[in-house]
Amino acid sequence: MADDLVVARGLVVAYGRRSAQLFGSRKRVPVLHGVGLRVGRGETVGIVGESGSGKTTLGRALLGLVEPTAGTVTFDGADITAIDEKGRRPLRRRMQMIFQDPMSSLNPRHTIGRILTEPLVLHGFATSRKAALSLVHGVLDRVGLSRNTVERYSFELSGGQRQRVGIARAVVLKPDFVLADEIVSGLDVSTQAQVLRLLKELTSEMHLALAFISHDLSVVRSICQRVVVMREGRVVEEGPCERVFTAPADDYTRMLIDAIPLPTVDPGWLTRGAAAEAAVPG
Amino acid sequence: MIAPRLVIEALSAISLRAAGAPILRRVSLTVDTGEVHGLVGESGAGKSTIAKAILGIVPAQVKITSGRIVFEGRDLLALPATELRAVLGRDITLVPQDPSTALNPSRRIDAQMTDGLRLKRGLSMREARLRARTLLAEVQIRDPERVLSSYPHQLSGGMRQRVLIAAAFALEPKLVIADEPTTALDVTVQKQILRLIRALQERHGTSVLFVSHDLGVVAQICDRVSVLYMGKVVEQGRTADILQNPRHPYTQALLAANPRYDRPDTGLEPTPPEVVAALRAEIAAFDAGGSVGEARDG
Repeated sequence: MADDLVVARGLVVAYGRRSAQLFGSRKRVPVLHGVGLRVGRGETVGIVGESGSGKTTLGRALLGLVEPTAGTVTFDGADITAIDEKGRRPLRRRMQMIFQDPMSSLNPRHTIGRILTEPLVLHGFATSRKAALSLVHGVLDRVGLSRNTVERYSFELSGGQRQRVGIARAVVLKPDFVLADEIVSGLDVSTQAQVLRLLKELTSEMHLALAFISHDLSVVRSICQRVVVMREGRVVEEGPCERVFTAPADDYTRMLIDAIPLPTVDPGWLTRGAAAEAAVPG
Repeated sequence: MIAPRLVIEALSAISLRAAGAPILRRVSLTVDTGEVHGLVGESGAGKSTIAKAILGIVPAQVKITSGRIVFEGRDLLALPATELRAVLGRDITLVPQDPSTALNPSRRIDAQMTDGLRLKRGLSMREARLRARTLLAEVQIRDPERVLSSYPHQLSGGMRQRVLIAAAFALEPKLVIADEPTTALDVTVQKQILRLIRALQERHGTSVLFVSHDLGVVAQICDRVSVLYMGKVVEQGRTADILQNPRHPYTQALLAANPRYDRPDTGLEPTPPEVVAALRAEIAAFDAGGSVGEARDG
């Protein structure tokens, strides 16, 4: 068992405003109802579920980007829900995020070079732009982008190249933990394969802990050691991928797995499980 | 031998924006009566352009340069606008990709579903509403009356897609173009929607041209499939044959890149550089007027 790096206990998160709204009630809508999760050092954990399951909210809470109503998140032993912004800052470098859509997470007015060097200077990894640039060249080499990418803007790159920049930005600060939220969902299958391979290599080289949020269970199976299945703000099942995918203990997990169409003709697939799904609102 | 319902013959198109770069390269395929034909490929392969060409809605920067789209004996590309309008939306309909943008947000579902029935089939408002209700029941909507009087935002994504499927099949079309109809949906909802499309299609003997980037989806719903790469059909045949025994290196590469939960040690294979080089050469040779690679077509 890997030793724990990120641990969430009893997380409750509710959205909604306290202030009076024009329509509707003032009630806060709970999105997570007491969620627990562990990510060990160097471990890749998949967080799966359908839309509205709370997987993105859970990810944000792990990074301290949303404030839980109840429960705690500890990072390397420190309770990040209890410390203030100033105390959290040194942890920021060690916890990074790769976003779903790099087009909207990379500033279109900044060159890729600026996007990658700025955090290095801010976090004291480099004392000059020149020193930062040489670190950036190193990371670009590693993620398979040419060095002259530093002169380009995000909109000049392909989707796969942009996602490599997203990965480069996350790993250039040598973090311990990376959260990846649906990072391959907009990519073609061949590009997806390249991005996932790269991520897999990096997590093992850098001994990175990775929380990998995805709606695609086949992708999760291919890169994660453990998986957490969420439904409506609760964890319904958790365990090693090998066990969960071959012998799911929860009915919902089984239904999710059965709903994945595999690229092998299976004449019974379409009609199988029709009765079980009728219980789930479309 | 009955003639296929749709015959696309050597359809070529170029982009007017990208200096006349080819978008479709002599695409030929047929969709038989009662068949679901898959159009599969990655982004930029030309899948959507083919769908749009059939529906007569190619964007202004795309120019169809040659070829024919023969539907029940008539070339849609040569049909006068008035005749085309009579065919589209009645004999040929569309299930769009994104159920959240395809419906008018300010009109109730009943108004949107009855338009076609009244205008294209000449039903009265009452008859049309009755028919819409039957159709919603057919796509397993448990409370058709409530859905009919709802606005799109009051329905879930899966529910909206059901409404759009009902609308597409409402006029008893002969050909339905399904353009990535489940891409925006969760897997469990996707499965229900695929099941519905297949059931309606079988019940009514409808032909479906099913556009998808997902080989898994294609495997479960398509009888035959055309694999596209850069606007060119690289392989064509029965779905089971193509997936079990892909002959073209591109199809093989697509399958090798595809992760699958039941075979965790396979998948995520990057396309070998020699395959990429061969594909580029195939396209270049084709553009130069040769027919290298044509022999590999199924």
